Amino acid sequence: MNWKLAITGLAAVCLFVGVGTVLSPASVAQDAKADAKTLKPAASFQSIADERERSLALFQEAGKVIQHPRCVNCHPATDRPLQGANMHPHQPPVFRGDGGMGLPGMQCTTCHSAENTPVIGQADTIKSIPGNPAWHLAPVEMAWVGKSLGQICQQIKDPARNGGKTMDEIVEHMAHDELVGWGWNPGAGRQPVPGTQAEFGELINAWVKSGAACPAS
Amino acid sequence: MVTFTLNGQERTFDGDPDTPLLWVIRDFEKLTGTKYGCGVAQCGACTVHLDGMPRRSCVTTIATIEGSEVVTIEGVSGTEADAVKTAWTGLDVPQCGYCQSGQIMSAVALLQMVPKPTDADIDGAMAGNICRCATYHRIRAAIHNAASAMEG
Repeated sequence: MNWKLAITGLAAVCLFVGVGTVLSPASVAQDAKADAKTLKPAASFQSIADERERSLALFQEAGKVIQHPRCVNCHPATDRPLQGANMHPHQPPVFRGDGGMGLPGMQCTTCHSAENTPVIGQADTIKSIPGNPAWHLAPVEMAWVGKSLGQICQQIKDPARNGGKTMDEIVEHMAHDELVGWGWNPGAGRQPVPGTQAEFGELINAWVKSGAACPAS
Repeated sequence: MVTFTLNGQERTFDGDPDTPLLWVIRDFEKLTGTKYGCGVAQCGACTVHLDGMPRRSCVTTIATIEGSEVVTIEGVSGTEADAVKTAWTGLDVPQCGYCQSGQIMSAVALLQMVPKPTDADIDGAMAGNICRCATYHRIRAAIHNAASAMEG
C-alpha cells in the first residue's frame, strides 16, 4: 500500500520521537492494584458515625479519581498540559490559549476529535488518540498539579477557584459533566479512572451532604 | 458512505469508516502532497485544513468528516497561501522537503488567523510540525516575510 511506502527515514524518526516522548513503560504498567480500579460505594461509609470523619473518608475515596493522571493532566499549573500515566509534559508542545482550547494554529482540535480515535499500524504502546467534544484545559485557577488532596478540596469548594459553582453545582459537574466522564472512557490503551462516574457522583454528593470536610493535607 | 468536499470538489468514500482521512487523500484520491510521518499526530506532516482549521489527517477518521470541507496542499489558495508560497520560494525554505507540505498548511492557517504573528505566535502554531532538517529558522523568517507582504 502507498501509505507504507510513504514511511521514509524521516517518518521513522518522527515515529521514534513521537512514541518515545508520549509513552513509556509506566504508561502500560499502571494496573497495579484492583483497589485502584474500583470505588467504594458511598453507602458503605455510613458505618462511620462521626460526620466529619465520614466526610473526610468520602473525599479521600473520591480522591482516587480526582488525583488520577486522567484528571490531573488537564488541570495543569502551567500553560502546558501533562500527558500519560507518568504525567510528562504534553507532546507535541501545546499551550493553554483562549478558553484552554490551545493557541491559534495549534488548538486542541488540531489533533483531538469529538471521540477517542483508534490509530492503525502503531506500536502496542499507543492504541488511540483521546477525544471528547468538550476537550480543553481547566482554567489555571483550577490547577491541581502539585497540590495535595486537601488543597484541591479547598479549591473545589472555593467559588473563586471552581468557576463560581455552588456545592450543588459541583455535585452535578462531577456526576454528569461529559468531559469529566471521559475519565471513565479514555480510549484504548489508557487506564480509566476508578469505578464509575455515577459512583463518583454519589461519593461527592455524600461528601457535600456530610459537610464537605477537607483533609488537612 | 461519507460525503465531503476535497479542494472544492464533492467526494464520497464508502470504505471502512475508521479509515484515516490521510489514507483517503493519498491512496484513494491520489493526492500525495500530504505526507505520512508518524501516524499519531506527533509530527505534523499530514496537516490539512478541515473546515478552515489545521487538522492532522492521520488521526482523523473519515467517518468524522461528513459534510466537511477538506483542503490539501494541492488545493490551498488565497492571499495567505500566495504570500506563503512566495516567501517559501524566496528563502528556499525546504531542505529535504518531506515535512514542508504540513509546515505550509500550518503557516497558511496561522496567517489566516493572525495576519501579523509574533515569534511567539509562530512558535505556538508551528510547534507541532517537526522538521528533521531543522529548517525552523527559515520557516519562521518566511512566515514573517509572508505577513509583511500581505500587509503591503
